[in-house]
Amino acid sequence: MKKESFVKRFFTLYLPLLLLMLFILFPFYWTFLTSIKPENELYGKIVRYWTAHPTFEAYKKLFTTTVNFLSAMKNSFIVASLTTIVSLVTSTLAAYAFSRYQFKGRKLLMSIFLCNNMFPTVLLLIPLYIIMRKMGLLYKPASLILAYTTFTIPFSVWLLQGFINDLPMSLEEAALVDGCNRATAFTKVILPILTPCLVATGVYIFMQSWNEYTFAVMFTNNATRTIPVALKSLIGQLGVQWDLLTAGGIITIIPVCIMFFFAQKRLVAGLTAGAVKG
Amino acid sequence: MTKKKKTFWPYLLVAPAVIVIICVVFVPVINAIAMSFQQYDLRRPKDIRWIGIENYIAMFSDRQFLNSCVKTLLWVVFGVGFQFFLGFGLALLLNRKFKGRGIVRAVSMIPWVTPGVLIGLMWRWIYDGNYGVLNDILMKLHIIDKAVPFLSQKTTAFPSVIVTIIWQGIPFFALMILAALQGVSEDLYEAAEMDGATSWQKLTRITIPSIKNTIFVTLLLRVIWVANSVDVIFNMTEGGPAYSTQTLSVYVFNKANALNLGYASAMAIFLAIVLGCAAIPYLRMTFKKEA
Repeated sequence: MKKESFVKRFFTLYLPLLLLMLFILFPFYWTFLTSIKPENELYGKIVRYWTAHPTFEAYKKLFTTTVNFLSAMKNSFIVASLTTIVSLVTSTLAAYAFSRYQFKGRKLLMSIFLCNNMFPTVLLLIPLYIIMRKMGLLYKPASLILAYTTFTIPFSVWLLQGFINDLPMSLEEAALVDGCNRATAFTKVILPILTPCLVATGVYIFMQSWNEYTFAVMFTNNATRTIPVALKSLIGQLGVQWDLLTAGGIITIIPVCIMFFFAQKRLVAGLTAGAVKG
Repeated sequence: MTKKKKTFWPYLLVAPAVIVIICVVFVPVINAIAMSFQQYDLRRPKDIRWIGIENYIAMFSDRQFLNSCVKTLLWVVFGVGFQFFLGFGLALLLNRKFKGRGIVRAVSMIPWVTPGVLIGLMWRWIYDGNYGVLNDILMKLHIIDKAVPFLSQKTTAFPSVIVTIIWQGIPFFALMILAALQGVSEDLYEAAEMDGATSWQKLTRITIPSIKNTIFVTLLLRVIWVANSVDVIFNMTEGGPAYSTQTLSVYVFNKANALNLGYASAMAIFLAIVLGCAAIPYLRMTFKKEA
């Protein structure tokens, strides 16, 4: 390829990229800056784009006052981890069956999982609320875990099936010839190869459950509320505590960002494989 | 290649997932259908009764419902539309070689992993009428001369929330399209260059046709997600001011919060049917590939 001139490269690459990245990243910069600004700069006449007196007071208040952010983090962690485990186990088994067996009712069952992505959250929210109330699960973490499987299981089945389809059948056949049965062929051969894909899928599920709000706000109370609900609760009758809210926001996205960066490549591969191959 | 022998194994393997989904999705959906034919208001628990299709009739003479349908359409068309164009643009840029590309790629995805609540609240702070940074920037650039309360006046609230949803959706499009772009063979471009094709021709004749499946599926997924999204709007405006940002999902959520569950269910089912119709071509495509 011929070399482009710098001017052309600047206008067709660097400038548009810079503008887009500015649009994408500025809100995060602003959120972080707000979280470390002292209060008098926050609500002053002049809007400052930098602070000479950074303070971590808001972060401290988040954990030491009645906001009780730590308990929300703990709740979120419990709900997200258990959702991840339940969804991963059930989805892996189902995805393996869809990918490796031809059986009666396969298409019907697969379309059940595909259709699932179309159901609006608000449609499931109402009957689930009533069911949870009747079962005495309302305001317990179990209600959220069950509610989250409504979208995590179908999506993971779809994702994992794409991953398993990409593994050659000859892997298991070789194991079967060597005297393994199908179960040990699965655990000894398929599972180890699939591990990175399982991690990527797990990260996705964790992320979704960590971030979910619509179910969480209806299915939790003060003691069991998750991070998104806790963040929203900082908007009170007396106005918004922006310093606490932004500090909480920064703490919330750091763990998922780190997990996402590690799982990113696999996850994207799975998503596009699913998209292209169905 | 798949096994044809009759065996109970596959049924056993899919059973846990299917049972969970039946319990948490299909039973509730049937309940929701039943509720939509009832007067079901938890504020009046003694007066729950079957009323046939009255909820559905009431819906189509409810000005707020009709308004929210229009809002949903605009929300999806403008929201997903701009997400697509900007996401596509970002993917094309990130597909070129430059220093620090890996970091830029990773960092540009952060909005996708950010909770909807936080996105709503972050932007609410940016749009703030008194201390908001957007007002400050626009005043410094002399585009406006006095602060605009973006989210509390009817004319600006809806465009403002749409900008926010666009911001949220750019990374997902960029991520999917970028992955698809990497699968397009270099040879095609080289051949085209030999024939003297312009960049525009390369884009429309090679790039877009090669990745059209990904574009189609990504668009469909985003349309469904955006139409269903409640958290961003709810945390910015709760559907106000004067219902100017109330999409159908938000309206259903507000009605459910007000405990008028029968009516809310009827509207939710309407939304599900509309989205289901949009998804039919996708299901067809999936199964055609299988055959």
